[in-house]
Amino acid sequence: MPKFLIESLLRRPATEPAPAADEAGLTELGRCLDAAAHRKLGRSLAIREVDAGSCNGCELEIHALNNAIYDLERFGLKFVASPRHADVLMVTGPVTANMREALERTHAATPDPKWVVAVGDCALDGGVFAGSYAVVGGVDAVVPVDLHIKGCPPSPKALLEGLIALVEKSA
Amino acid sequence: MSLRAALYDAALEVADQKPWPRIRVDEETWARAAFGLHAGDVTLTALWGEPGAVHMGLIEEETGEVLVLSLDCANGTFPSVGVTHAPALRLERTIREMVGLVPEGCPDDRPWLDHSRWGVAHPLGAATPAPAEGAPYRFLTAEGPPMHQIPVGPVHAGIIEPGHFRFTANGETVVRLEERLGWVHKGIERLVIGADLERAAKIAARISGDSTVAWSLAFARAVEAATGTEPPKRAHWLRALMAETERVANHLGDVGAVCNDAAFAQMLNRCGQLREKVLRAADAAFGHRLMMDRVVPGGTAVDLLDAKPLAEMVAALRHGFPPLVRLYDNTVSLLDRTVTTGRLDPALARRWGAGGHVGRACGRRCDARRLPGYAPYDALRFDVPIRETGDVDGRVWIRILEIGESLGMIEQLLAGLPKGPHRVDVAPGAAGAEGVALVEAFRGDTFAWVRLDGEGRIARAHFRDASVFQWPLLEAAIAYNIVADFPLLNKSFNCSYSGHDL
Repeated sequence: MPKFLIESLLRRPATEPAPAADEAGLTELGRCLDAAAHRKLGRSLAIREVDAGSCNGCELEIHALNNAIYDLERFGLKFVASPRHADVLMVTGPVTANMREALERTHAATPDPKWVVAVGDCALDGGVFAGSYAVVGGVDAVVPVDLHIKGCPPSPKALLEGLIALVEKSA
Repeated sequence: MSLRAALYDAALEVADQKPWPRIRVDEETWARAAFGLHAGDVTLTALWGEPGAVHMGLIEEETGEVLVLSLDCANGTFPSVGVTHAPALRLERTIREMVGLVPEGCPDDRPWLDHSRWGVAHPLGAATPAPAEGAPYRFLTAEGPPMHQIPVGPVHAGIIEPGHFRFTANGETVVRLEERLGWVHKGIERLVIGADLERAAKIAARISGDSTVAWSLAFARAVEAATGTEPPKRAHWLRALMAETERVANHLGDVGAVCNDAAFAQMLNRCGQLREKVLRAADAAFGHRLMMDRVVPGGTAVDLLDAKPLAEMVAALRHGFPPLVRLYDNTVSLLDRTVTTGRLDPALARRWGAGGHVGRACGRRCDARRLPGYAPYDALRFDVPIRETGDVDGRVWIRILEIGESLGMIEQLLAGLPKGPHRVDVAPGAAGAEGVALVEAFRGDTFAWVRLDGEGRIARAHFRDASVFQWPLLEAAIAYNIVADFPLLNKSFNCSYSGHDL
């Protein structure tokens, strides 16, 4: 354990460094989000993730946003445990009939101003599950959507880009 | 004579199912099989229905051989298996609500996946209109003055799938946990009816996103069995390369997440970095971070784009993972949370036929790659790690050891990758041809069954994730642990909600 702590102190951060030429797009977008998010919301944007019926693929990539490589929190974006603490609902999956009320209630519990980000191809229109008796449809069939991030599942980079687009729009 | 052989001898008719037979039986043979389950002579691997018939998939533990029994339900009922064999209970509740067949004598008449929200009753049967306003659910009780209930979900605090947990606790001690699942039910088994193979494969790949390779493989193998298609040798090896890469990625995520739930964030951080390496290598090698839609009936959708990233990933993990294992094993405060926590009774693991880390941490020597076995694992050297403790620590160790085994397999697969095509055309198959497959996902064995319509479409299918038999065991493992240990225990199982709910 002490070895790890010393190593962590001495080693450069695992987070992908800002000046890396081949990843310039990612870091540039990070700075852009920084400025816009600050303007609108001070230093933070709190996100509540809701799985409304996904296959859990999107959850895996949303998880990756929190790892040391993407380090979402450096941009002031943070996942929170309750919709009552959230500015943004990040919703995945086709909305299933069984999850519809839970999503509506979660949305109602989120204070204004709030934004809804629909993540993944299923969240757009139900994806491969569209037309099922058990699926209501995309997220906007139940709550108003401000932004949709495509992909099956979207990569962490695509998710970051999407979150930036949201902040730009709301600013 | 084994029970499986005796049951086969009692067949009224043998259906066109490959590679293991499906037999039509009478009620007496059905009952004999149910008692065989109760006695532990065979293990239940699937129980599902269709209009007019129920099917029971049995597996012989010693050989891994499967037998499917079918019983005609002329008057819309069948004798309950769950009345003597509890692992069948939720499956029978599902048959009743999905197909409309009534399990006679089943002690639990509550719905399971059907929350009265679909607007349709018996969607896999007569599909009649029904109210969609929702209905209250009768949770099981635990009575006594100090008891209190803690309802959790379906929307949880973390970035995880939805499910409802109803705890009854005495102070900090959990007396009973009851799960209520079905929230992410998407109607998968009805969606695939009439779908062509391409569309059905896409749906099967999304049964549980974290096991997308394993589910695609199970579906592909079932279709190949039904149509008599033999994929080229290279395809088998590429599939195993993807499956083992998927296993490593998931196990890394789980080891980190279990430790994080014991407030040891360092492990999550380090494992998360290694996991990202694996996903990037998968992306470079196969063109998708989770390798979704890469395994298809007939072979693989893509050839290996680049082997180098996989080799580099293995080298990075061989270097980076052992120090994390030592960190886990030398951190007493962490072991204090995992050792003896959430101990699962091996007899229950046996009875429910638990696969994967849940079963193997309880001493069960089960692994579909070995028994019944499938290509190319017969050509690979690997161990199936076993632990006897049945606790959170045991399940963590199974994952740690399996990461090592999978890395070894990836090296062997890269070194010996056969040349040649990676895909063949799938024959249309006869109308009514059936195929069944057992594939080892990172959670354990997944079961897929398909029936074709003779024109390249699915007539009917059934999918059973490893989670189906692991979820009930979670209820047993948490009993008399403290509420605060539940996240740790839940993560050590890491059952799939989507894979269960379908």
